[in-house]
Amino acid sequence: MKYNWNWGIFWQPAADGSGTWLHYLLVGVVWTLGTALAAWLIALAAGSVLGVMRTTPSKWAVRFGNAYVEFFRNVPLLVQMFLWFFVLPELLPTAIGDWIKQMPPPWSAYLPAVLCLGFYTAARVAEQVRAGIQSLPRGQMMAGTAVGFTLPQAYRYVILPQAYRIILPPLTSEFLNIIKNSSIALTIGLLELTARARAMSEFTFQVFEAFTAATVLYLLINIVVVFGMRWVERRLAVPGLIAVGGAPQAGH
Amino acid sequence: MRNFALPVAAALALAVAQPAASQELTGTLKKIKDTGTITLGHRDTSIPFSYYDDQQRVVGYAMDICMRIVDAVKAELKLQKLDVKLNPVTSATRIPLMANGTIDLECGSTTNNLERQKQVAFTITHFVTANRYVAKKAANINKLADLKGKTVVSTSGTTNIKWLTEENQKQNLGMNIIPAKDHGEAFLMVESGRAAAFFMDDILLYSLVANSRNPSEWVVGSEAYTVEPYGIMLRRDDPAFKKVVDNAVTQLYKSGQINAIYEKWFQKPVPPKGVNLNVPMSAQFKKVVANPTDSGDPAAYQ
Repeated sequence: MKYNWNWGIFWQPAADGSGTWLHYLLVGVVWTLGTALAAWLIALAAGSVLGVMRTTPSKWAVRFGNAYVEFFRNVPLLVQMFLWFFVLPELLPTAIGDWIKQMPPPWSAYLPAVLCLGFYTAARVAEQVRAGIQSLPRGQMMAGTAVGFTLPQAYRYVILPQAYRIILPPLTSEFLNIIKNSSIALTIGLLELTARARAMSEFTFQVFEAFTAATVLYLLINIVVVFGMRWVERRLAVPGLIAVGGAPQAGH
Repeated sequence: MRNFALPVAAALALAVAQPAASQELTGTLKKIKDTGTITLGHRDTSIPFSYYDDQQRVVGYAMDICMRIVDAVKAELKLQKLDVKLNPVTSATRIPLMANGTIDLECGSTTNNLERQKQVAFTITHFVTANRYVAKKAANINKLADLKGKTVVSTSGTTNIKWLTEENQKQNLGMNIIPAKDHGEAFLMVESGRAAAFFMDDILLYSLVANSRNPSEWVVGSEAYTVEPYGIMLRRDDPAFKKVVDNAVTQLYKSGQINAIYEKWFQKPVPPKGVNLNVPMSAQFKKVVANPTDSGDPAAYQ
């Protein structure tokens, strides 16, 4: 291996004149987090609604939910990103399409990236919410309606509080995924962490330093998320409840 | 016949000119001699420098030059047979693959500059391009000032976007600059109306326009903003190998054979679509041919 290592590169001025290369990458971290968090809000909200729809007695709601999930999780994310960015503005009325296209960067890339990641991850969250709900014994819903709850009330007070607790660990994985998937936004020109690591390696040819830094930064972000979610799990834990999802308990 | 005889004569001349190679071989030359193989890194879509043609063969202007270098290396090492391996590289993989010894030469359209020379070496410049913009004729853009306040695009990680960012601040143009993933996507951004102009090496712009659906609706700006010398990349700190490579390219220029190679790729129809780029040799590159240089300083080409 004949490589000229230069870890001092991070303290040298970046090509865009905004500061050092380290600063350049850290700005990328902010964009990565900004994209992932905004998309996560969409994913959680839309995914919950769709997941619940797929467990309701309404046939149409179930069909719509299934169609959504199959479409969004079977089309590659890279292709979806391309569709949101290049194709959507052409399908909308010209005035709105032009308004989207003329949005100043980086917002013109940020908005499609957030929508794309949000609606893609929503399909995955929906699948988990459905699984969480269906892992509950059928008697839970029956008991809920038997004590006089309407269907929405039964979901709100009986089903969902249990289902969400069961699916917290897989939701953590989805959250970690959305942070990593946000790197695909580099294909539509969003200068997030991976895009900036790439740009840095192109400008300086210090490829290994740039991508090592990006790796470490992703790792740190995700460790923080993992510990944060563990804390949430502990805060929300109801003694004896989580076991319900795993194995049917005695006396059932 | 002429085409065959000349390289042989050139190779012989080279071999004679070298002092008896009695010293121990080191670095890349030793590796090539020991393995009987030289590995060329090539690009996949860098038309007309290095790309796959319609039969999935690697062809291009830089490939032709590299094959001449291979001949010279073979003669230098007095090998009966030298296997040429081809290894595709991207802009992201070319440095690691060069550093870890997978490829010995990178034959493409890589800009030679001083910052990059801290990591790799470049042989004699094989093309000189300039930073220009392409825009739609209908947009009526004639100079940089016409783009004031508009959205423009360039490919991320290029020297072009670096220049654009700096100039935007210096001249207070207030342009919104979008970084695109690759040249095709940047071009698409102008085509779909997301950006008013695309700044890139002019040779790549000519090629994109020539291969577009409707070449007549495009215009490449008349003003050249920066000079970008392209070089074939090799490992740093390997003077023996660099000398052989440099001599081979110099010989190609001095003998005038470069003219035929240049014409073949820039002034005649090239695969895969049979488009003729029709780009005559620039004044800057003519200067390089007359006085071969491997300088990474744009000032050396003015």
